[in-house]
Amino acid sequence: MIAIVDYAAGNIFSVSNALERLGAAYEVTADPLRLNAAERVILPGVGHASSALESLRQSGLDTVIRALRQPVLGICVGLQVLCRDSEEGNSKGMGVFDAHVRRFPSEPQVRVPHMGWNSLGNLDSKLFRGIPEGACVYFVHSYYPLCCTDTIATCRYGSTLFSAALKYENFYGTQFHPEKSGAVGQQILQNFLDL
Amino acid sequence: MLAKRIIPCLDVKDGQVVKGINFQGLRQVGDPVEMGTQYAREGADELVFLDISATAEGRKTFSSLVSQIARGIDIPFTVGGGIGSLDDASRLLDAGADKISINSAALARPELIGEIAGRYGSQFVVVAIDAKRMDPGSERWLCTTHGGRKYTERELFSWAREAQDRGAGEILFTSMEHDGTRNGFACGLYSQLHELLSIPVIASGGAGSIADIVEVLTEGHADAALAASIFHYGQISILQVKEALQKAGVPVRLT
Repeated sequence: MIAIVDYAAGNIFSVSNALERLGAAYEVTADPLRLNAAERVILPGVGHASSALESLRQSGLDTVIRALRQPVLGICVGLQVLCRDSEEGNSKGMGVFDAHVRRFPSEPQVRVPHMGWNSLGNLDSKLFRGIPEGACVYFVHSYYPLCCTDTIATCRYGSTLFSAALKYENFYGTQFHPEKSGAVGQQILQNFLDL
Repeated sequence: MLAKRIIPCLDVKDGQVVKGINFQGLRQVGDPVEMGTQYAREGADELVFLDISATAEGRKTFSSLVSQIARGIDIPFTVGGGIGSLDDASRLLDAGADKISINSAALARPELIGEIAGRYGSQFVVVAIDAKRMDPGSERWLCTTHGGRKYTERELFSWAREAQDRGAGEILFTSMEHDGTRNGFACGLYSQLHELLSIPVIASGGAGSIADIVEVLTEGHADAALAASIFHYGQISILQVKEALQKAGVPVRLT
């Protein structure tokens, strides 16, 4: 069973729809016992990292998630809350990934949010098995995780090279939305299930 | 590099995809979920579903259709048509839409743009603008409603700018003079919008050939091109368009 974490900042529909297309059994839950018992945990997230963190802290889910030992996948803001800190709302993150989260600088011809299909580089994880360098995935974000030792994929937008995906021990995170990234995204989700 | 997007548009009336010629003489061409899935498989980067139903019954059909689309399609999609309030937008978000597009309701009450963007973020709000020349030969382009039949007081460029300032995440501009003609896009206008705005511009109306799409994404500087009939009737494929774009040096997503 895969657990999708149910909290105030989740984009649950698109993630659950994607799991349904893969034929995977899942439940949407905020129950610590269910989360602990799940084979895989997905932490979705849209909106602001600061409010997502606040929601996780209020419910005590941050501690529960931090202690999980099975593969965990944070998506978009779900990745950002797992980072060290975020410039967005000056918030301290859960500190799983050794990455800082910054806002894209303003540059001519570079629009923020970074929205649309962009290509992945430096793929370095089983999460990307079968995915070629340069494959495109779908991004929607104004803040990005810096590159660090936990980086397992990069992406370039304007002059910024950032972490498109991170991994530390059993924790994985994608800044892009695999659930909206067509066949490539489906493969990445399948790879996460197969870890 | 961020890819330029190819977006097939599906006009939906009472649960079926139709396509008008200059918004009149509607013709039925297929099942929305089936067509959407097919386009996603062929390499569409995004989809737009516009509800053009005139009845309450038709609108209800559309809402349940949005959930079916969300279940079946693994790329982002926008829905539009008849969205008049924050509640309408919320309902479509809950049904699984990635973005909504608003048009007449925003012209009638511009605050709506900020209300929806404030709640769900700018990336969720596309402001669609249908404009045409005030008089033949005039350089003044006015926003229209009712499928181009009614003029408003608002001028294209000032409205596009205002929509951006109020929180729109993208502008979807249709030249009503080009729409349905398959004679090419209003390239010069897109170029001007690109200069004026800092949000992406989606070009719509007039795609008749691969060259038209290449032109509006290069000379017209549009970020995305939307088309309906040329894809619906299978005259050209999305892959052919993307290969031509790649040859022209435009970054595209080839799956």
